[in-house]
Amino acid sequence: MSIGPGEAFSLMLRRELALSFRRRDQLLQPLVFFLIVTTLFPLSLSVQLSLLREMAPGVLWVAALLASLLSLDALFKNDAEDGTLEQLALSGQGLTVLVMAKTLAHWLVSGAALVLVSPVVAEALAVPTEAFPVMMLSLALGTLTLSWLGAIGAGLTVGLKRGNVLLSLVVLPLAMPLLIFGAAATDRAISGTNPAGALYLLGALCVLTWTLAPFAVSAALRITLE
Amino acid sequence: MWTWFYRLASPPNVYRVTGSLAPWFLTLAALAIGYGTIAGLVFAPPDYQQGDAFRIIYVHAPSAWLSLMSYTTMAVAGAIGLIWRIKVAHAVSAAVAPIGASFTLLALVTGSLWGRPMWGTYWAWDPRLTSELILLFLYFGVMSLRPAFEDPGRGDRAAALLGIVGVINVPIIHYSVLWWNSLHQGATVAKLGKPAIDSSMLWPLLSNFLGFMLFFGAVLCLRLRGEVLNRERQATWVREALKP
Amino acid sequence: MNHSDFWSMGAYGRYVWPCFGFAAMVLGWNLWSAQRHLAHARLRAQRALAMAESET
Repeated sequence: MSIGPGEAFSLMLRRELALSFRRRDQLLQPLVFFLIVTTLFPLSLSVQLSLLREMAPGVLWVAALLASLLSLDALFKNDAEDGTLEQLALSGQGLTVLVMAKTLAHWLVSGAALVLVSPVVAEALAVPTEAFPVMMLSLALGTLTLSWLGAIGAGLTVGLKRGNVLLSLVVLPLAMPLLIFGAAATDRAISGTNPAGALYLLGALCVLTWTLAPFAVSAALRITLE
Repeated sequence: MWTWFYRLASPPNVYRVTGSLAPWFLTLAALAIGYGTIAGLVFAPPDYQQGDAFRIIYVHAPSAWLSLMSYTTMAVAGAIGLIWRIKVAHAVSAAVAPIGASFTLLALVTGSLWGRPMWGTYWAWDPRLTSELILLFLYFGVMSLRPAFEDPGRGDRAAALLGIVGVINVPIIHYSVLWWNSLHQGATVAKLGKPAIDSSMLWPLLSNFLGFMLFFGAVLCLRLRGEVLNRERQATWVREALKP
Repeated sequence: MNHSDFWSMGAYGRYVWPCFGFAAMVLGWNLWSAQRHLAHARLRAQRALAMAESET
C-alpha cells in the first residue's frame, strides 16, 4: 500500500502538529522567550518613546531570531533519538516531502505564533499601529525563511554533542541578510517610507529557501544517518 | 576514461606531487609579492585623491580576492567530494578553509585601516563589508562543523554541504557594490576594457594578485599533505612516504 | 620619494604600515601553521603505523 507525496505530506504535517501540541511547555518556551527579551529592552534602557520606536525593528528581529533558534534544536532530535528518522528516510517517500512537512509544522507552532504575538510586543516598543501590517508581513516572511535556515543547521548538527552551539554558529551567518532586510522593512514602515523593496527581497529569500533548502536538509539528514 | 584522473588524484600521488610543487610556488610567490610590494610602496606615484593611503590596495585587494577564491575552491572541492566520493577532494576542502579564513580576516583588517582615513570610520554596516564579515563567519562555521563528528568521513560530508549552502554569499559580496548604494568603491581591475587605474600603479597590483595566488597554491600544497595523511593513515603507501 | 616620506606615507603611515605588517603576519602564520600541521600529521601517521606493526 503506497500513498502519494501529497498524502504523505499532510499525514506528516498532522503528526508533527499533534506531537508539538502534546509537549505544550516546549511549545510555549520560544514564545515566552520572545516576550521576555523584547520587554527587557524598554525596561533596562529607560529611553524616550521616540528612541524606543527607532530600536524596535532591531529588537523585534533579534528576539525573533533567538527565539526561533531555541526551538530548532528539537526539530530532528527527538525523531533521531528514537529511530523514527531512519524509518522516515527508508520509508520510500521522498525525504524532501517529509522534511517540508516537518519544517512547515515547525513554522506553524513557532514563527506563526511569533507573528501573532508581535502586535502586543510592538505596542510595548512604541511602534505606531499603522506599521503593524508591514511588520507582521515581514516577520511572517522572515520566520518562514528562518525555519528553513534553521532546518539546514538542525539537519547538519543532529546527534552532535554540542549540537545547539554549532547550530547557532551555522545558522546565524546565513540569517544575517534576513535580519538586515527584515529590520529594514519594519524600519521603513515605522518611518513612513516605502517598504516595498525590502519586502520584495524578503519574499525572494523566502521563495529561494522554500525551493532549495528542502534538498539541502534531506542531504544533511542522509549524511547524518549514513 | 577517468582512470587517469583517479590515478592523478590518488592520495600517494597527491602527497608526492604537492611536495615537489610547494617550493616552486613559494619561490615564484616571493618574487611576485616582492616586486609588487616594493614597486607599490616606492615606485608607484601617490594617488590624486587618496595620497599614499591608496597603497593599502596592494595588500587589501589581493587578500579580498583570495578570500572569495578560497571559499569557492573550498565549496567546489567539497561538492566534488560529496558527489563523486573522492576523499582527496575533501582533503582539499579541509586544507583551504583556514587559509581562506586568514585572508578574509586580512581583507577585513586592511579594509578597516583603509576606511578610517578615507571614510572617517573603521567600520560601516555597508553591503560589501557586512557580507565579507558573514563570509568569515561561514568559514568558522565550516571549520567548527568538520571536527564535531566522531566519524571523520561524516564530518567531511557535513562540512562540504555547509560550504555549498554558504557559497551563495560569494556572488553577493562581489556584486554588492553594483546592486546597492555602497560606501565601498566599485571594481577597479575586474572591469572589461580599460581598468580604472594608471599602469604604473596597475603592474605592482597585478603582480601582488598573482603572488598571493601563488602563495595560496604553496600553502595549499603544504596543508594538503597533512590532510591527505590524516585521511590515509593505515594505507601501505604511507609507510614508504614517511621514510626520509 | 625621499626617506622620511617613505615612512610617514604622507601622514597615512599609521594606517599603511600596520596593513603591510598584518599582511606579513598572515602570510607568515599560513606557512608556519601549514608546516606544523604536516609535522603533526606525520607524527600521528608514524605512531599509527608503529602500533599496527606491534600488533601483527
